[in-house]
Amino acid sequence: MRRVVITGLGMVTPLGSDVETVWANILASRSGARPITRFDATDYVCRIACEVLRGDGSGETFNADTRVDYKVQRQVDPFIIYGIDAAGQAIEDAGLTDMTEEERFRAGCSIGSGIGGLPGIESESLVLAAKGPRRVSPHFVHGRLINLISGQVSIKYGLMGPNHAVVTACSSGAHAIGDAARMIALDDADVMLAGGAEGAICPLGIAGFSQAKALSTGYNDDPTRASRPYDKGRDGFVMGEGAGVVVLEEYERAKARGAKIYAEVIGYGLSGDAWHVTAPHPEGSGAFRSMAMALKKSGLSTADIDYVNAHGTSTPMGDELELGAVRRLFGADLGNLSMSSTKSAIGHLLGGAGAVESIFCVLAMRDQVAPPTLNLDDPSDACIGVDLVPHTAKPRRIRAVLNNSFGFGGTNATLIMRGV
Amino acid sequence: MSDVADRVKKIVVEHLGVEADKVTEDASFIDDLGADSLDTVELVMAFEEEFGVEIPDDAAEKILTVKDAIGFIAANAKG
Repeated sequence: MRRVVITGLGMVTPLGSDVETVWANILASRSGARPITRFDATDYVCRIACEVLRGDGSGETFNADTRVDYKVQRQVDPFIIYGIDAAGQAIEDAGLTDMTEEERFRAGCSIGSGIGGLPGIESESLVLAAKGPRRVSPHFVHGRLINLISGQVSIKYGLMGPNHAVVTACSSGAHAIGDAARMIALDDADVMLAGGAEGAICPLGIAGFSQAKALSTGYNDDPTRASRPYDKGRDGFVMGEGAGVVVLEEYERAKARGAKIYAEVIGYGLSGDAWHVTAPHPEGSGAFRSMAMALKKSGLSTADIDYVNAHGTSTPMGDELELGAVRRLFGADLGNLSMSSTKSAIGHLLGGAGAVESIFCVLAMRDQVAPPTLNLDDPSDACIGVDLVPHTAKPRRIRAVLNNSFGFGGTNATLIMRGV
Repeated sequence: MSDVADRVKKIVVEHLGVEADKVTEDASFIDDLGADSLDTVELVMAFEEEFGVEIPDDAAEKILTVKDAIGFIAANAKG
């Protein structure tokens, strides 16, 4: 099998819209949780979210005009706009914006989403109800479809290799990277833009997740304290939005052109809980098997893995089940491990989470620092003996990293990466 | 009449993201202003909304330039 490395990074998040700004904010323990501004949330049980702030691109803001055409912006949902921009950052970072036609035949896209164009489906439904079918936008369908990030990005950069989009709820981003890495390993492509995006902060999205009892509702007046994975006071996740995209490249090709190589993708695991649509398996068996599969593929042992970026959404049940699975897998090596949830800072990016968090894993290795779990004031009893990096970033040796993402439907994905 | 022309041009600028001075009366939506066939469907919808007219599909197919749009609306709009 061919080796696959990461040679470009891009992200749009509630804490900024370029990799270095976001990472600096993560390491500075900043939170992107704020009162919802996208719509009037007065009557909602959850009135907070981690929104991407539109602006001129400076500080924590995102300027869609930088990489997304005016007409495209008008026609598509926010998740596609975030995805196009993150993909653009990544391909620019990799230095691959001027590939030859031959190279572009072998370069593709695998950028997924969990939900897709929910805000646009919601608003256009209201147009249909109020004004009838002849007022529905001709751009409605292709402006909402999940695979239209990959579609738009392929058109923008002329990428004619595999054009794919993963939909596995909150593990979409991680599955997209894992699947794309396999396409390169199996010689279907040499370069893949891979990742995930989400933009579902809208009345229907917040109401739907609230009714599923998934969102935090107890910290509406103190939003930065709401996302608190592993803490006894946690009461649900805070919805985030944004996108993460990496450039995956076949190792020999990357080496030959002198590319900057961030990391090698060495392990990928996938599993299903076969248990419940929203609740994780009570013994964390799916999470365990996903991690075990990735570990086996990587050829590493648990002693080699220094940092885990947890799924850790801040829900009462999920956090401890994942922790239990990690405890079971790592055994005596747990004492060496640092594990944190960056969802404490940027919220839960759903289909974008696994991609953005994989990038955090790569940066943790680059800078030899574990990002913090914010708000971990009073850890649950299950956390004893695990370094969850409370409150502040922790400099430490990081040789290899593991990223977990789990989704509704009982779907699990794990990626393992190491330096080259 | 000039009021109709101004309102048509404003819609075209907003939907296609083109410079206002490019939206001349002879400009073709597709050949000169970068529209694709779906953009023209959207433009016709916007004209219908703005002017309270119904533009049947066979008439819409003949609206290819800014002038065509202004002409149809001037002949058919109620107010």
